[in-house]
Amino acid sequence: MSDDLRNRIKEIIETEDVVLFMKGTPQWAMCGNSMRALEALRAAEAPIAAVDILPNPEYRKELSALSGWPTIPQVFVKGELIGGADIVQELALSGELVAKLQDALGAEYRAPGEEKTLALAEAAA
Amino acid sequence: MATMQSMATDPLRALLEQAFPGAEELEIIDRTGGGDHFHVIVQTDRFDGLSLIDQHRLVNDALAAPLADGTIHELRITTRGTA
Repeated sequence: MSDDLRNRIKEIIETEDVVLFMKGTPQWAMCGNSMRALEALRAAEAPIAAVDILPNPEYRKELSALSGWPTIPQVFVKGELIGGADIVQELALSGELVAKLQDALGAEYRAPGEEKTLALAEAAA
Repeated sequence: MATMQSMATDPLRALLEQAFPGAEELEIIDRTGGGDHFHVIVQTDRFDGLSLIDQHRLVNDALAAPLADGTIHELRITTRGTA
């Protein structure tokens, strides 16, 4: 179970351009910090793949073990941890977030409104 | 006199002082008064030349124990170098 979970988290981080691990979903953010990170990514018009870590406490444990980052949210761009809400917000304000996205995804990365939510366990019922 | 505020923030302050001796600025704010939502502000020359994420990693490392045991439910971090 734990290996499957870790592999699924890795797979998402490695295959999605921009991943936001958050509490809740973009439609229903359950935490102010997750909301701040989401808003910063939206303002930069990043394509967002969101993962809700709330359904199972193991999700967060496994993610933090993998990333070495203790808190939620966590934002990854092209497999690299960018940081949590404070960093992403600060990078957004300074313009560095757009520069980072352009570096990683190309100058034409902008995808306003492109948001999807991915599940960590498709059939864990 | 120990206030409710300082009772919650003192242990975190001690950890940060230990991790960043001689920091220019060290502020710990109990954001909700509930003793589990904090904002820490750290300015130290240790951060000079480090990326933002590495600066935050050092703060997270300093507070690893209260983060792991749930004492800190939510943490905001502001870091500054001195350069």
